[in-house]
Amino acid sequence: MATVLLDTQSAKTRPVRPRVALFVTCLVDLMRPSIGFAAVKLLEDAGCVVEVPSQTCCGQPAFNSGDRATATAIAARTIDAFAGYDYVVAPSGSCAGMIKAHYPELFAGDPNLARKADALAQRTWELTSFLVDVMGVTAVAAKVEATATYHDSCSGLRELGVKRQPRQLLASVEGLTLTEMNENEVCCGFGGTFSVKYGEISDSIVGKKTGNVAASGAHMLLAGDLGCLMNMAGKLSREGKAVEVRHVAEVLAGMTDEPPIGVARQPAA
Amino acid sequence: MTAHVTSPQFKQNATKALADDQLQKAMSNVRQGFIDKRAAVAAKLPEFEALRDSARDIKNHALQNLDLYLERWEEKVTAAGGQVHWARTADEACGAVLDICRRVGAKTVTKGKSMISEEIALNAALETAGITPVETDLGEYIIQLRGELPSHIIAPAVHLNATQVESDFRRVHTHLDPQRDLSQPVQLLTEARGVLRDKFLSADVGITGANFLIAETGTSVIVTNEGNGDLTQILPRIHIVIASIEKVVPTLEDVSQILRVLARSATGQEMSVYTTFSTGPRRPGDPDGPEEYHVIVLDNGRSAMLGTAFQDMLRCIRCGACMNHCPVYHAVGGHAYGWVYPGPMGAVLSPSLIGVDKAGHLPNASTFCGRCESVCPVRIPLPKMMRHWREREFERHLSPATVRSGIAFWGFFAKRPALYRLATRAAMGALAWFGRRKGAFKSLPLAGCWTQYRDFPAPQGGTFQAQWKAKRGGR
Repeated sequence: MATVLLDTQSAKTRPVRPRVALFVTCLVDLMRPSIGFAAVKLLEDAGCVVEVPSQTCCGQPAFNSGDRATATAIAARTIDAFAGYDYVVAPSGSCAGMIKAHYPELFAGDPNLARKADALAQRTWELTSFLVDVMGVTAVAAKVEATATYHDSCSGLRELGVKRQPRQLLASVEGLTLTEMNENEVCCGFGGTFSVKYGEISDSIVGKKTGNVAASGAHMLLAGDLGCLMNMAGKLSREGKAVEVRHVAEVLAGMTDEPPIGVARQPAA
Repeated sequence: MTAHVTSPQFKQNATKALADDQLQKAMSNVRQGFIDKRAAVAAKLPEFEALRDSARDIKNHALQNLDLYLERWEEKVTAAGGQVHWARTADEACGAVLDICRRVGAKTVTKGKSMISEEIALNAALETAGITPVETDLGEYIIQLRGELPSHIIAPAVHLNATQVESDFRRVHTHLDPQRDLSQPVQLLTEARGVLRDKFLSADVGITGANFLIAETGTSVIVTNEGNGDLTQILPRIHIVIASIEKVVPTLEDVSQILRVLARSATGQEMSVYTTFSTGPRRPGDPDGPEEYHVIVLDNGRSAMLGTAFQDMLRCIRCGACMNHCPVYHAVGGHAYGWVYPGPMGAVLSPSLIGVDKAGHLPNASTFCGRCESVCPVRIPLPKMMRHWREREFERHLSPATVRSGIAFWGFFAKRPALYRLATRAAMGALAWFGRRKGAFKSLPLAGCWTQYRDFPAPQGGTFQAQWKAKRGGR
């Protein structure tokens, strides 16, 4: 696949201490900042200099709703804000996929911006894939006692080829056992606005997912995208299934002090 | 005339489907059956991915030169003694079939499986004209007895179980012993075979679809697993093929290549049980074959897709892999889509053929998980094309007001980072405060569509960007 080619090229040409802009993603920014800090730790441990340019959203909600004008306007801002860094890294396959796979498509008719969009696309990576494929990280220094299962989020898996990278890193976490669930490559039913536009269908899909999670016997569910995680955590919580749901970065960084997704800091009295 | 459309009621259809326990059970068979078989057979063929590229390229080349290959194909059909009938619309196609049937005084026609026949609602047209159509593909036969549309393009009765089929057979086959044992699937199969055998022998006209039309030779090709297609086209005096314009490919060699991905993608077979090539009517000295060979070629909106963002959809070879791998199709089944073509391929094709005003839900009811594209044997970018439909809807102000205003509201802030930081910090602060005790909301104003089914995890409080600034200063 093309991604593999890019990987080796990037690994060869990368600076020793690359300047990395964190595209934190709007969901992490707003809902769960601890994932952002976990990503920063992982990137700094790997030898990167991390900066956080002023940012909002990648524009995917507008793009997937057919509002190309709004998507283009947001994308143009993002392209400007993230120019000049060696790499742009997002703790999300979905947002990284938007920039990598769809920004070039959005500006295909605009020669000036197309060049900039292509350049940004080539420098943009999903977090675990960046750590493994570009920075050559093979192990992390984290200890988390858990039996976990990993959900392959769709965009990361199918647009960016993220599959072995998170598993390779998780294998190095002390105390962690990874047990695969059935249908781990099947969508969780989130799909951004799909989850509210077609809530009933989304519910049916996520119900199958939580069934597979439960059947795996794992007591921790990990994935690389907060949207999917909120959807699955919300369903597990509604079903009363006691599974700890976390972003993979939190575990890889050993930053599991924060309560899992959907759990209060101080339990209700 | 065209098949009855309930696509505008997609949501109601879906609600009904989700509450149908029997359907849900049948759908879980689709999930388990097709997917593993395809994966296994693809893994056994090292050149499978290269063959997909080749199949895509062959279809692209044919579509780019469609007029040329269609004319060439027509010449060859005519030279072989066959007749070609061009039909712009469903009505013209039905009319052409009826003209032939009337001319030869047909009372009964047998039919092989054809999605084009479903698209143009041919059975209804035949019945109106006093001609009895008999579906001979087992699945099609069953849904004909039930008066239903197919729920899958290659497995039309996949939504049913054996008990339902048994009760339909008892209801319709009243000439058979009411005490007979039909508890085993093989008994149902044997009964259908017996009933259909008589129909094959008495039919005046046999109608089949076509998986391919070959320009080089004027041949039509069908792939089947039951052998009913062969009996349909060989036994009656007249053979009518109904096909759409995009079925034409240049050469026999091209068809051989595409056949290598077709059955593998569809059912996980290396080849279908029967692959039948038909060129013209019976020649002097031939032991069998029809006296007349006709091909009805349907456009019905397809030529308008050429040269547009939707041209790639015409590569589709109707294997059904996209729906076999679609989580939405698994959840609601084929009938919820409300017309002939369900699943991802239907979500792109149906708006082209019946209008996005009617079929608008279909390209929206997708999570864009991309699994359809990842298994499509001709690599149709299905999610991208569904997005194109959403763009058309948005441009024409057909998308729901709630979606439009939601995106406009979000977009306003997303385009203004300073304002965004201010607003989100306040909003998330409040949301975190309200959610601090439980960690998740059971209900939330304006998020009822979410919290009706799932809890909404509360934010941690404070945005990342604000915390980062506090910890690390301006960088």
